[in-house]
Amino acid sequence: MTETPTAAPLKPTKLKTPVAVEIIGLNKWYGDFHVLRDINLKVMGGERIVVCGPSGSGKSTMIRCINQLEEHQSGRIIVDGVELTNDLKKIDEIRREVGMVFQHFNLFPHLTVLENCTLALIWVRKMPKQEAEELAQRYLRRVKIPEQANKYPGQLSGGQQQRVAIARALCMNPKIMLFDEPTSALDPEMVKEVLDTMVGLAEDGMTMMVVTHEMGFARQVANRVVFMDEGQIVEANAPEEFFAHPQHERTKLFLSQILR
Amino acid sequence: MTMSAGELAVAELHFVRRDQLPAQPPPARMTGAVGWLRANLLSTPFNVILTVLTVALLAWVVPAVVDFLLIDAVWSGADRDACREVVQKREIGACWPFVWERLPYFIYGSYPIPQRWRVDIFFAMLAFGFAWMLWLKAPRRGLGALYFFVGLPVTSFVLLHGFEAIGLPVVDTVLWGGVLVTIVVATVGIVVSLPFGILLALGRRSRMPAVRLFSTIFIEFVRGVPLVTVLFMASVMLPLFVPNNFEPDKLLRALVGIALFASAYMAEVVRAGLQAIPKGQYEGAMAVGLSYSQRTRLVILPQALKVTIPNIVNNYIALFKDTTLVFIVGIFDLLHTIEVSRIDPKWAAPVTSTTGYAVAAIFYLIFCYGMSRYARAMETRLALGDKR
Repeated sequence: MTETPTAAPLKPTKLKTPVAVEIIGLNKWYGDFHVLRDINLKVMGGERIVVCGPSGSGKSTMIRCINQLEEHQSGRIIVDGVELTNDLKKIDEIRREVGMVFQHFNLFPHLTVLENCTLALIWVRKMPKQEAEELAQRYLRRVKIPEQANKYPGQLSGGQQQRVAIARALCMNPKIMLFDEPTSALDPEMVKEVLDTMVGLAEDGMTMMVVTHEMGFARQVANRVVFMDEGQIVEANAPEEFFAHPQHERTKLFLSQILR
Repeated sequence: MTMSAGELAVAELHFVRRDQLPAQPPPARMTGAVGWLRANLLSTPFNVILTVLTVALLAWVVPAVVDFLLIDAVWSGADRDACREVVQKREIGACWPFVWERLPYFIYGSYPIPQRWRVDIFFAMLAFGFAWMLWLKAPRRGLGALYFFVGLPVTSFVLLHGFEAIGLPVVDTVLWGGVLVTIVVATVGIVVSLPFGILLALGRRSRMPAVRLFSTIFIEFVRGVPLVTVLFMASVMLPLFVPNNFEPDKLLRALVGIALFASAYMAEVVRAGLQAIPKGQYEGAMAVGLSYSQRTRLVILPQALKVTIPNIVNNYIALFKDTTLVFIVGIFDLLHTIEVSRIDPKWAAPVTSTTGYAVAAIFYLIFCYGMSRYARAMETRLALGDKR
């Protein structure tokens, strides 16, 4: 890993507990379909987890459960010591502390880049507008697009939009960042700029869970690679071991298909 | 593989551009008046036919209308004789002296003449309020909204209905009429229907079953009944169910009926807009920690209302014209005052009715076309800000 100092070094928020996310016996169904089956996973503060697996294996669903974009039916999810229940207040509280980046960016098209970043600061954190804008500008500089602040998302390239989405999440100063296939909807020449931004984040010690098929990124950044198939965690290991000596048959098959 | 095929492949494979081609102007047939004609009027054989038919239709209608309204029209006179062909011995168009004499009645109805200045002030205040709200870059729009939604309704009520304590004699709504009633009914319908429509639309998509059920029943019930029936219910049936000494004002009952009716329709329009917003927008807003009301107000509604502007305005135009139905329950809106005037024996002539209806047509045309143009301008403006 390179040790280049980043433009605006960030202090990651101190988690209150050493365990960032703990998932115990998680089960979820879509109607009759058992999409997540007895998921158990413990993510320590500062850890970078890459989740991979074939499509439909439940990896996106799992990380979307962590900020309750998806409800789960049984099992426990504890985010930095707070257990997710049906209590909407708790859910909102956790969403404020957990940043999320989506495959399709989900920027607000009717707001400028700067307004996208300041919206939650102003309305959720109750920050004065000017202060929020200064903070947002700082994060836009960090993702290297300060000059686009007054444009609308529709005027930017996919890679730029995804970096805005990362800046928007970072503005809330999250303790944990979730990435749901952040580069899957990008043109190939834009993948690198987004991955570089994420590498920078990892170097600053952010706790990250990343669903991705970018195995180069996994090797470079992850502490642990989690492989899922058919709603279950099939194998988890440090990246060197995971890629060099996969244990489970399905892991071997998956790796043989994506690594050529 | 033969030698020649190999050479051919190599010859095609190697290409490097060494010069940059400059941009050329487009061919002459694409520019200027000729280009515009080709592109807009004569682009396909079908469009050529349409253009010819439209021109023929205009050539047939426009001269006749101009003849009636201007060239053959009567501009002065004291009574019916001025507008009768048998008396004047010439072709007679619109009978403008009739309109001129009856204009105050068309505008104020039977509102007492010494008190009509109150209506004029109301019109001025309303025009001022609309201008403040519709001009998107106007200064202090927050204050404007306060004026429009709180100050204006209260002062309008005091002004029009009267308030003895400050020396404004009460004018019973039975005396209101003409443009005044049309404007009051349309404005109340327009201003009330949007917020209520939004609430009903959100209610219908709510996760709370009771709210959803109530909204759905309300919307479907009101939509399933013609406006005429709603008005009849409001003015004829309602008094049967309330105590004798409590009888709400007739105009008020019609206003409530129209507002409910318009809200139900607006709710369906807004719901269509809400459904057009991708799920990702809700998730993006949730993920940054915005609460339900913040998500709705800051992220979802601005986008949903924007895509529904054409439909909202369409509803408003329909509502504006539907206000004429209040004449069924005996309220004297503009059309009703014209209807009463045109059978006045003093002006009885073959052209009187046509003239009266022409006035109504021009009035409704100006307002509806104005709404339509404003909506178009707003769409263009909003589209500029946000290219998706």
